[in-house]
Amino acid sequence: MSHAVQERPVAFAKPRGPLSHARLPRWTPLAVAAGSIAAGVGIGLAAGWHSKVQWGLVAALVFVLATYAITTKVEGSRQAKDRIATSLVWVCFVLAVVPLLSLAWVTISKGMEVLDVYFLTHSMNGVLDVEAGGGVYHALLGTIEQVGIATVIAAPIGLLTAVYLVEYGNGKLAKAVTFFVDVMTGIPSIVAGLFILSTWTLMLDFGPSGFAGAMALAILMMPVVVRSTEEMLKLVPNELREASLALGVPKWRTILKVVLPTAIGGITTGVMLAVARITGETAPVLLLVFGTKLINPNPFEGAQSSLPLYVYEQYAVGTDAAVARAWAAALVLIAFVMILNLVARGIARWKAPKTGR
Amino acid sequence: MVTTTPPAIKNRSRRAKSAARPGDRIFSGLSKGSGITLLVIMAAIAAFLTYRTVLAVSKDSTNFFTTFEWNPAGDPPVFGIAVLAFGTVVSSVIAMAIAVPVAIGIALFISHYAPRKLAKPLAYVVDLLAAVPSIIYGLWGAIFLVPYLDGLNQWLDQYLGWTYIFDKSADGVARNLFTVGILLAIMILPIITNVTREVFLQAPKMHEEAALALGATRWEVVRMAVLPFGRSGIISASMLGLGRALGETMAVAVVLSPSFVLSGHLLDPGGGTFAQNIAAKFNEANEFGRDALIASGLVLFVITLLVNGAARWIIARRKEYSGANA
Repeated sequence: MSHAVQERPVAFAKPRGPLSHARLPRWTPLAVAAGSIAAGVGIGLAAGWHSKVQWGLVAALVFVLATYAITTKVEGSRQAKDRIATSLVWVCFVLAVVPLLSLAWVTISKGMEVLDVYFLTHSMNGVLDVEAGGGVYHALLGTIEQVGIATVIAAPIGLLTAVYLVEYGNGKLAKAVTFFVDVMTGIPSIVAGLFILSTWTLMLDFGPSGFAGAMALAILMMPVVVRSTEEMLKLVPNELREASLALGVPKWRTILKVVLPTAIGGITTGVMLAVARITGETAPVLLLVFGTKLINPNPFEGAQSSLPLYVYEQYAVGTDAAVARAWAAALVLIAFVMILNLVARGIARWKAPKTGR
Repeated sequence: MVTTTPPAIKNRSRRAKSAARPGDRIFSGLSKGSGITLLVIMAAIAAFLTYRTVLAVSKDSTNFFTTFEWNPAGDPPVFGIAVLAFGTVVSSVIAMAIAVPVAIGIALFISHYAPRKLAKPLAYVVDLLAAVPSIIYGLWGAIFLVPYLDGLNQWLDQYLGWTYIFDKSADGVARNLFTVGILLAIMILPIITNVTREVFLQAPKMHEEAALALGATRWEVVRMAVLPFGRSGIISASMLGLGRALGETMAVAVVLSPSFVLSGHLLDPGGGTFAQNIAAKFNEANEFGRDALIASGLVLFVITLLVNGAARWIIARRKEYSGANA
């Protein structure tokens, strides 16, 4: 470092010209882009390539090389590297947006073909694989029941665990819980399914039911609830707790009446996001709930269906009518999850404590 | 300070304990109980999966780790995880190789490059995309992506076939490990992007402004102020993504046409992953077959535990030596 500082005066003594470097005009990237697209199309046409992707690749390559060459010539290599980095970042963005947009577009356009009120209010009872018709009512019902039960199990445990970690926990137990919550977040959904399978189904000899699936979903949900609730409770200012305790309010009432209400917006958001996450889980449902064509409103007895499982089954059937149903069910599922997400984020924004960032 | 306070603290805590109200005791007991419940669940998962695995593997007539076959219903039962382990690792490695650089790029785009008006809605959309259920990625991948990648496969075979891994030796549509890797990359992209973006946004503004004041270009600011600060965040985000990719079930089950052949030719249809194999073989399995599948699930469980542990270890180690966190 000190080296560079010493050399500076020498560098200052030399130049005679203007202090600022030569700059390319602002429209340069646009011009180069237009030129390279023309080159890509031209080369593509000349070589007779059919794939538009190849045209695009050539255009991108020409763009990068031309930008680098021009910038190095006029502005120097540091600026050239900067421009390369900028274009790479833009390329990453485009690369990622294309498949994701395509996913959204395909799901919506194909899903809308079959989706109507009839589809939402009828089951698959008596519908043959090859014929159109039928619906997702039984799957929708199953999903709502299973996710509901999972939430009833997981939310209180997750919430109380977070309260323990933030308000009571210090010492080895709290450290262990923190560590294993992190570990639990990484459990693949199919492993959670296998665990319930090995205990509930294989050891205790229960048949497939919505409740079994709900237990596996609850395992997946707990760590997410703990994490988000913990973050929210940590945001509650200590002054509030101290003020309450100083007034002689017992700790448990302080937590219930002061801490939790303050953080309730964030906690609700966290729970809803967790619900959205488990709604789309297929693997445990496949192992434990089994799937059926009929409406089974009782989650504690007999096979049920669920939206993601329905999508999988209909795709596996493979006939045109079934695949169309799979897309429609996928759209219902995505809408369900997205509405949950949007509402959750709305609550978060509405209740958010004002922060600097 | 330390020497004077201990007696006072001891006294007070003793008094506080004696005055503890029943409500307090019940509530703290409940919350502590929930924490313990979580630990018990984790322990139970490990214990039951191990128990079932022992039941299965003790009857396996070959080496569980090196066998290229899955036939637990046979007499004698023959099953091994070599193909599954290979497929899982390969597809995840492909996914990481694609997703991590692109995700860093998108995160930088949102945090430092995009026009302000575009950045916020974009971050929001990426957040939402992380919530898209995996089965929908699978459906899209199988119906839309696979035909699209056929062309890419032929191109890779034609020009990069000499590299062995891109040599397409068997005919068939692109339902192979390479496609699975690309699909997994698309799936974990939003997750990695979200976490890295958060970290990049937290990079100290002072460092960035100092670099700019010294005449650094935007890329130099990113390279010298943002990326070093975000390194541990990038690693933990990648590990998070890796965990997802390793355990992904439905998308792989829908896209891959499985086979129990271990092949280095990534473009050949076939192969399998732990999770995909469980989903695919479950319906036809009898009770012993289910135990065998549980055994493979345990291996997956252990692998994800190791990945998570490694991520935590790396983050902890980086934190100590990184000046940026000070």
